[in-house]
Amino acid sequence: MTDASGPLDRFKALLEEFYVAPYRGALARAQRDEDDLFMLFVFAELMGVPNPAAYYTLELQPLLLERFHEWHRRQGLEHSPLDGFRCC
Amino acid sequence: MNAALLAVVGLSMIAIGYRFYSKFIAEKIYQLDPDFETPAHAQRDDIDYVPTNRVVLWGHHFTAVAGAAPIIGPGIAVIWGWLPAFIWVVLGTMFFAGVHDFGAVWASVRSKARSVGALTGDVVTPRARTLFMIVVFFLLMMVNAVFGVAISDAFQETPSSVIPAWTAIVVAVAIGVLIYRMHVPILWPTIVGTVILYAVIFLGDAVPISLTDGLFGLAPGAQWIIILFVYAGIASLLPVWLLLQPRDYINGIQLFIGLGLLYGAVLIANPTIVAPAINANVPASAPPIFPLLFVTIACGAISGFHGLVGSGTTSKQLNKETDARFVGYLGSSGEGALALVAIIAATAGFASLTEWETMYSEFGNGGLAAFVQGGAVIVSSGVGISQGFATTLLTVMAVLFAGTTMDAGVRLQRYIIQEWGSIYSIPILQNGYIATAAAVSACLLLAFGAGGPSGEGGMLIWPLFGTTNQLLAGLTLLVISVMLVKLGRPARYTLTPMIFITTMALAAALVQLRTLFLQGRDAGWPAGGLLYPLLLIDLVIVVLAIFVMLEAGSAFMRERRSAATAST
Repeated sequence: MTDASGPLDRFKALLEEFYVAPYRGALARAQRDEDDLFMLFVFAELMGVPNPAAYYTLELQPLLLERFHEWHRRQGLEHSPLDGFRCC
Repeated sequence: MNAALLAVVGLSMIAIGYRFYSKFIAEKIYQLDPDFETPAHAQRDDIDYVPTNRVVLWGHHFTAVAGAAPIIGPGIAVIWGWLPAFIWVVLGTMFFAGVHDFGAVWASVRSKARSVGALTGDVVTPRARTLFMIVVFFLLMMVNAVFGVAISDAFQETPSSVIPAWTAIVVAVAIGVLIYRMHVPILWPTIVGTVILYAVIFLGDAVPISLTDGLFGLAPGAQWIIILFVYAGIASLLPVWLLLQPRDYINGIQLFIGLGLLYGAVLIANPTIVAPAINANVPASAPPIFPLLFVTIACGAISGFHGLVGSGTTSKQLNKETDARFVGYLGSSGEGALALVAIIAATAGFASLTEWETMYSEFGNGGLAAFVQGGAVIVSSGVGISQGFATTLLTVMAVLFAGTTMDAGVRLQRYIIQEWGSIYSIPILQNGYIATAAAVSACLLLAFGAGGPSGEGGMLIWPLFGTTNQLLAGLTLLVISVMLVKLGRPARYTLTPMIFITTMALAAALVQLRTLFLQGRDAGWPAGGLLYPLLLIDLVIVVLAIFVMLEAGSAFMRERRSAATAST
């Protein structure tokens, strides 16, 4: 819950939490699924899957490398599928 | 009998239950420890496991478990008189539901927030877990079917509720978009959305909507049922943030407003209960009060569905173990309060005994209709609004409760079917659209099976739904009892309700088996044939109930032997 000082702020924070809390997990998982798909899109070419947008996604790779290890583990790949990038 | 007095007595008893009995259970039986590290802290990920303010958590738990069921069940069960329903709701809340909901949260918190289903496999046997999953699937199927029928009946009874009820969906989508996509702070969408929701009731009163009889060769009831399930199928495929989340939120706010309005009106209007305390002129179609009372009122006295909520989301967000009492026991007390006011509305909001007897001329009548009719009279005289407006208001409230449950229920059924597709390698069932179509078809089959081609009389499913719900409650109480035995603590406070409720569920299933068989036989073919799916489901429930009892006996013997061996 966010910090709140006055009674109105506390009430707003209570409403916010009442709205968010039951679906926090579901929404986070849905967001993660979308992100995972995006990761596949960015790294597809490196794994030998032709990607017509590779030219545009290439510059995103360094930005997403930090998340790469967790992503490939989530996809059921115990070790990195990329020959040139051994994160584990 | 004075309705305000009944309300005060009932609420006081529930409050005493919370103050004293839940304290005893918390200290002596579950032995809550304020220093125990709950899964919300131990496994904190800020997604599923988040320590949450206990008032917020209570609000979630309460609004997740209270809906249309604690209104419909008591609304039907007062056919036997107001006293048995009152006693079962009050004592059920104090000694059954409170201990069950509180226990489900406690058992889950003590087991790394595992669900009751998973705990059934761990604590009892893997076979018991399979039983649990089957019971849950049947429960979802029946709750969807029965709520579809209930909303269809409500739309036909109160055509002025059609526009407000569907407008609520538009309001929910607008709130979802404003908050999730446009990041508007929650207060204004809440205020504006709530005002629109109630303002549109005037529009509903001015433009009532009734469907044409015979359109596509169907009666209006059947048309509504089909429309509702097509809607529920589509809604279950929409992103959670767009419809389900804001709809749930609006419902929660409505629940608090509705409860305040009803109790306020009862205390101000102080109506007299016209229904008899014990009805000596029960219609011939009504089944025996024993055991049917205990399954007709499930939610509001004890309900297995609460265990799914308590061990599903609530236990993952509990800040301190001692909060389990406040969240679990008081959550079920809130539902008991809703059931209590439903009893009062369905028995005190009538001008005379004759008018009440006309409403309850057959078993299955009453329910939502009696709650709305009686509640509108009470609200109208207590708060001073027109009776027509009050009727639409209460119908919309009940329809929204039932509708949201249908949205979530069809979605959960789809998940289960997709999971089966994955477990048994059936790719077609893994497709979201196919799984939704299968879920909706099963519910439609059940709704029309009970209600016939016109969809009328579908409330026949209600006791079956209650029976399944009580079996689930029995399984949850079994898990809690076995855990208590393992810990060397007295199990009688959970075991006694478990034995009682499972026995009642089994007896009720047997009574219904006979009733359905006779009805099917008398109706002949093909009308009677529609009852056979129900007959089959009832048969499965009987078998499940027997297995639950056998599993319970076997688990207890095993744990007793282990405890005896350990002590020697």
